[in-house]
Amino acid sequence: MITWIKEGELVDPRSETKKKLDIVIKKGKIESIIPPGKYNPPHDTEIKTIDASGMIITPGLIDMHVHFREPGEEYKETIATGSHAAAAGGFTAVACMPNTRPINDSRSVTEFIVERARKANIVRVYPVAAISIGSRSEVLTEFGDLKKAGAVAISDDGRPVTNSELMRRAIEYAGFFNLPVISHCQDLDLSNKGVMHEGTVSTKLGLSGIPAASEEIMVVREILLAKLTGYPVHIAHVSTEGSVEFIRQAKEQGIPVTAETAPHYFSLDHTAVIGFNTNAKMYPPLREPKDVEAIKRGLSDGVIDVIATDHAPHSELEKDIEFDKAAFGIIGLETALPLTLALVREGVMDLTSAIAKLSYNPASILSIKGGTLEEGKEADLTIIDPNNEYVMNKESFQSKSRNSPFIGLKMKGKAMLTMVGGRIVWDADQCNSES
Amino acid sequence: MYKFNHKNLLGMDQLSVSDINLILDTADSLMEISSRDIKKVPTLRGKSIVNFFYEPSTRTKASFEMAAKRLSADTLSLSATDSSMVKGETLIDTARNLQAMNPDIIILRHSSSGAPHLLARYVDSGVINAGDGIHEHPTQALLDLFTIKKKKGRIKGLRAVIIGDIAHSRVARSNIIGLRKMGAEVTISGPPTMMPVDVESLGVKVILDPVKAVKNKDVIMLLRIQLERQDKVLFPSMREYAIFFGLNTQLIKGAKKDVIIMHPGPINRGVEITGDLADGPFSVILDQVSNGVAIRMALLYLLIGGGKGDNLD
Repeated sequence: MITWIKEGELVDPRSETKKKLDIVIKKGKIESIIPPGKYNPPHDTEIKTIDASGMIITPGLIDMHVHFREPGEEYKETIATGSHAAAAGGFTAVACMPNTRPINDSRSVTEFIVERARKANIVRVYPVAAISIGSRSEVLTEFGDLKKAGAVAISDDGRPVTNSELMRRAIEYAGFFNLPVISHCQDLDLSNKGVMHEGTVSTKLGLSGIPAASEEIMVVREILLAKLTGYPVHIAHVSTEGSVEFIRQAKEQGIPVTAETAPHYFSLDHTAVIGFNTNAKMYPPLREPKDVEAIKRGLSDGVIDVIATDHAPHSELEKDIEFDKAAFGIIGLETALPLTLALVREGVMDLTSAIAKLSYNPASILSIKGGTLEEGKEADLTIIDPNNEYVMNKESFQSKSRNSPFIGLKMKGKAMLTMVGGRIVWDADQCNSES
Repeated sequence: MYKFNHKNLLGMDQLSVSDINLILDTADSLMEISSRDIKKVPTLRGKSIVNFFYEPSTRTKASFEMAAKRLSADTLSLSATDSSMVKGETLIDTARNLQAMNPDIIILRHSSSGAPHLLARYVDSGVINAGDGIHEHPTQALLDLFTIKKKKGRIKGLRAVIIGDIAHSRVARSNIIGLRKMGAEVTISGPPTMMPVDVESLGVKVILDPVKAVKNKDVIMLLRIQLERQDKVLFPSMREYAIFFGLNTQLIKGAKKDVIIMHPGPINRGVEITGDLADGPFSVILDQVSNGVAIRMALLYLLIGGGKGDNLD
């Protein structure tokens, strides 16, 4: 069977293509990319045509920072439900963080995740393994073995490496295996019992604050360790003006550092917490308007390479409680695309670089397939209706959890169809598809 | 007549100047009941009030209970140790169970900022915040305003200073809001480790050194000092605090001649205030306690009994 996607606006960051092209898919691969009207379909093969006029076609989106909670907290999300959420958000691949129960610090857990993802058979799920056993900042995990088992990066996300010497050795040792090290930057002593950004809003609400310096101290540490070792470090979920500036300076000096931010850091500020809204509680916390502006600048001038969601599902048990006791984290897979497209409309980035941050750049950092639309490559792609307007309602999420601060807000832009290896894994039903 | 349009009292920020004046005037008219031979009126007969204290409290809990009894309401007092919280029940589940017994008011003291706001979303009865984490303690602020007004005859234009751990004080937060609303000038003072970030956004002046901060003040409010707050060590020792930030007879000389000294209690004698000052002529600390009962009677009356308007929040 051949799938023929007609008349869509193809956006490919790698080749810097942005024009109307047809895509022909055969046996899970992109057979040809050709101007509309030029394709002569064979008569002896079944052809499924997809009318993509008015739509944007991008490489399948890649989210390099999700939490799928399996194994251990399946009531929040499983690899299958998380994969559905990813597909619905336009993502064809995700990298899932190791803070499951047990922590993904061994071949057996990594293999388990790979196996569950294979069974779910929806999107590509790449495990990120822990840096230290139990993420306890004591002993390194077996990076080489973990990589062979399927890990694409290492990180002690959520339980950051407190020991700087261990982090140095992790970066060096990972460098040998070409495994990217992803750092969750948080000085645990400085953030202490903080539950939101330390500023005017925390002062007003009487909630313990997490100063921006809690993140920035560790950003600077990782930059210095990357400089010391010569091996790359990737900074997860950048949220402050200071972090953006330190990373900018590091890049100018040629230090091998890359960075991601999450959509909530360029869409919301700390005032979202007012009313003790636990769906506005995450780490790092929502910051000040000046930080939001700095994140946008960082996205605009390329200091921030990647947009990743930090999709962190929690049930009502963890969220519908007192603010200081509530869990950190929000879901993000199904809102990332419209929030990013809002920045494109705002003029922060052009569409091609926005898509690069959601596909090509994370693929490059993780050295995984995808992130580009090319003849002969796997047909991982996303068809987006940039003008589709809707209200994000609580019932519409594919994720098992509902902890989103964007519920009830108007969104513009939607993944209409998501394809992994030529297979449709999400169809919002508004694409005119016919056999 | 001005109507009190609130179902809950969650914080000082929800009250208008007219609301505050009404509460103070009502407290003034109820004050006399406490000096009667038979200290009871039938106003809230048949109404039930739950005193729900997740955190230990002597003064506030007793004050609410006394206020309710003087108005003939039935009261039930629960503390954290005898509630199901120790059995792992969530606040919302406990609330739903209490709701099923249909009380008129639930008074909540809780260690988490925002807990009464969460409770109010789940119960039909009114909710009074009796102190939530380091957020607000509105009835304390109201009784402080009441005390100031009774002693000074006015609040507007007065100069007040609050000395102590402002960052971790719900009393400070509520008093700052209340005093500012009523037109007083507010200065805060204490070691920098106890000042919240961007505290000027609350409309206060910061003068860290108490020697300078008390100058020409009409009102000095002290806060209870605790060595450890939220696992943070904010100063080296009680001894050093007393030397540099404690109120003593020398320090108070800079204040106005008719200054009043307030403290929400319990006092650490010899730390935030010397014993002689606490017991001396400037101190209104025990008036605060008496006035607390009247303020809480006024609130219970306004929230349950009278003054309910149509636009309940």
